[in-house]
Amino acid sequence: MFLILVIVIFISLILVMVRAFIGPTLYDRLLAVNSAGTKVVILIAAYGFLTDRPDFVDIALLYALINYITTIAVLKFFEYGDLGSGSYQEDDI
Amino acid sequence: MSLLIDIISGIFLLIGCIFVFGGAFGLIRMPDFYTRLHAASVTDTGGILFICIGLVMQAVFVFDNPMAAIKIVLTVLFLFFTAPTASHAVSKAALMANIIPQCQNGESVVHKSLSPIYKGRELSAVLTHSHPSETSEQDTHSNDSEDK
Repeated sequence: MFLILVIVIFISLILVMVRAFIGPTLYDRLLAVNSAGTKVVILIAAYGFLTDRPDFVDIALLYALINYITTIAVLKFFEYGDLGSGSYQEDDI
Repeated sequence: MSLLIDIISGIFLLIGCIFVFGGAFGLIRMPDFYTRLHAASVTDTGGILFICIGLVMQAVFVFDNPMAAIKIVLTVLFLFFTAPTASHAVSKAALMANIIPQCQNGESVVHKSLSPIYKGRELSAVLTHSHPSETSEQDTHSNDSEDK
């Protein structure tokens, strides 16, 4: 049961990474990377259940945190060309 | 009892597999950026919800590990807050980067209502290729291009 789950998630991860490579715009690639991160969270949890060690869920929780921060940081970097200098507030928009 | 738990959680995991694979297939197959966004958002909410319901049932009843179940519930709660936020941020950034959603006949879906988003930028320059007559400032240019 968990083996089928892991295989299906892995196949969909490959499909999403194909979109991340052939995506026409930056936002397609970023959306694909975000979706791949979400799938990796489920993949880690399901793999922990597959190998009889459910403690892998800690790593899945940590990966979910990092994935969200990654998406927001990459969006901010490509929108303003900078991370956290604070000088873009009233000037660039 | 254990067989019943296995069957019910297996059904939940199967529904989650269908959601996840459908979302990934839609991410490949859909023609536009915003339709791809819709397909990816289905994976982020539906797939995670059903798969984690099945995993929680397995962790509580089969593996006898309630702490793992609590952590899975925490992960689902966090993803339910952050995944729509990330999708919204990506879609708004794409709108501000002048990716305009299109109908099937090639017309732009949004035009005049976008003006508060495009504060400071040239909305008419964005929409010239799809709606030449709608822009007020460039009427002469659009008439010239239509005459050609």
